[in-house]
Amino acid sequence: MPEIRLQGLRKDYGAVTVIEDLNLEMADGEFTVLVGPSGCGKSTTLRMIAGLESVSAGQIMVGDRDVSQLEPKERDLAMVFQDYALYPHMNVAKNMSFALRLARMNKSDIEKRVKDVAATLDLTAYLDRKPAELSGGQRQRVAMGRALVRDAGTFLFDEPLSNLDAKLRGQMRAELALMSQRIKKNMIYVTHDQVEAMTLGDKIVVMKFGEIMQAGTPEELYRSPANKFVAGFIGSPTMNFLSAELVEESDTLFAKGQGFSIPLPDARKTHLQTHKDRSVHIGIRPSSFVEGPGGLKMPVILSEYIGAQSVLISELGEEKISIEVNSVAPIRAGEQREFTVQGDEVHLFDPKTEAAL
Amino acid sequence: MSIARANRLTPYLFLAPAGLVLAVALFYPILYMIYASFLDWNPSQRIGEADFVGIRNYTKLFSDNAFRESMGVTLKFAAVVVSIEMFLGVGLALLLDRNIRGMSVLRTLFILPMMIAPIVVGLMWRYMYHPTVGIFNKTLKSWGLDSIPWLSDGSWAFASIVIADVWQWTPFIFILSLAALQSLPKSAMEASRIDGASGWQQIIYIKLPLMMPVLIVTLLLRLIDAFKVLEVILVMTNGGPGLSTEILSIRINRTASEFRELGEAAAMSNLLLIVLLILTFAMFIYNKAQEARAARLRVVEEET
Repeated sequence: MPEIRLQGLRKDYGAVTVIEDLNLEMADGEFTVLVGPSGCGKSTTLRMIAGLESVSAGQIMVGDRDVSQLEPKERDLAMVFQDYALYPHMNVAKNMSFALRLARMNKSDIEKRVKDVAATLDLTAYLDRKPAELSGGQRQRVAMGRALVRDAGTFLFDEPLSNLDAKLRGQMRAELALMSQRIKKNMIYVTHDQVEAMTLGDKIVVMKFGEIMQAGTPEELYRSPANKFVAGFIGSPTMNFLSAELVEESDTLFAKGQGFSIPLPDARKTHLQTHKDRSVHIGIRPSSFVEGPGGLKMPVILSEYIGAQSVLISELGEEKISIEVNSVAPIRAGEQREFTVQGDEVHLFDPKTEAAL
Repeated sequence: MSIARANRLTPYLFLAPAGLVLAVALFYPILYMIYASFLDWNPSQRIGEADFVGIRNYTKLFSDNAFRESMGVTLKFAAVVVSIEMFLGVGLALLLDRNIRGMSVLRTLFILPMMIAPIVVGLMWRYMYHPTVGIFNKTLKSWGLDSIPWLSDGSWAFASIVIADVWQWTPFIFILSLAALQSLPKSAMEASRIDGASGWQQIIYIKLPLMMPVLIVTLLLRLIDAFKVLEVILVMTNGGPGLSTEILSIRINRTASEFRELGEAAAMSNLLLIVLLILTFAMFIYNKAQEARAARLRVVEEET
């Protein structure tokens, strides 16, 4: 399975440019997730890779072969669609074997391949059913099965789980993760759900307005987001953003804002020298707040009990912020508590460019 | 009368006028016709004066060669025109189901023939088929070819009425097929492209099977219509030459007005009605079967 490279990829619809200049490399056998809000160009990118949308400019290299002008069938790929796109008039076995039948593979081989894949997906009992006679989850698996029997070099997924209910989605996500471990192929997966992206991806590509905001492993994106958008997009509950000023007092750099002043570690001092005495945006993950004496005194406005964790809604200055705490000692709304934040868990962003500092 | 009861009756009250019109305009004539088909009835008599002859009109029909020939012409006409129209209509729809500049104008042009009154269509084609001044023979002549006896030779006349009908009714199948095509699930088409289907394979394995329910209903509708066709042929050939284009409705018309046999004409009409009823029932049963299938699938879906 060769690596895939997108070079200077561009997509225009008439006068509107959806994607201007996209460059991305996907290593051999890597599970890449394209994630972003709707309209960010992730689906368009996937469909260009699939060959369902024409490429306005640039190349799609699979290994050293430029496939950007080829028909979908010449690109050696299989795809799972959001609405499953099963053939309504064919039963499950026929749906799964359609590509193989078109390729004129011999009948016994087809039957064997379909049976094997059906067995791994728990579909053996349904091979004679039409798609309309299946539940959403089963249809989803047939769509996967149809892609799997192809044994293509690259698998494309266009929001395959978004039509399922929450419980089934979790289940299918786990199955997908297992499947991707078993068959090491190039996988490109589009979703708007950051949890799916985090749990499935070897590499996550966060997109916005047709541009790549950041590409990296889930840990990289979570620990060191390249900009405010990625910081806000990855992680749940969402990161808190506050306005602050970088102030140096008695040799220590502080992020000082309405109602708080958080000392930043010395290690970051030299790096932040140029931003001293200027305003910045700071981002603090809800889980970075630790309850304890000597911290910031904050009112608890709302306490959302989720289970092992609770999310508190509080106020810092005039900004609403959320805090994630352990539920062992429940905190009720109306209480005042003190929370500390470690300086190395504070993310700083340039207020103009929104890039991480 | 309680309010609940009055409420239950309200829909029937609103339906009553339509029911009344239906009874007067549809059931009365049909019953009248069925009764008349058992009479030996001359147009100069009042219906009460006609003799009751039982099923003689019907038995006579089956031994009547002219009627049998007319039935044959009708069946042949319906089979030929509907086959050609289905082939062309579906073919055009498959061809024009794409986004090309000016396609909407083209589509409108295609459905124009359907909007012209049948009498006008008949006259138009009669002029075009005219042996000396018609456009077809004039064109043939200007190319140095022999003229064709469009409406004066038996087999050519049949071909001529087929051409006119195909011209007028192919658009009907075209628009219904196009509508069916455009409502097909787009992602299934894309999936088939990824699966490696060529344009032809897409048509044969995906598009046509998915269009089938619409195509079957369209086919039955056109068959029903083709059995009833009258005006265009009446104007063009009036059934001739000989009996070569005398479809059933022209035969019925002649039996009543020329041969003055109202009873026999009624019997023929009844036979035609039975043929049409069979076709209509076929369509009805097909629709019911589809609905039942859909309902069953819904139940399955809700259970799983």
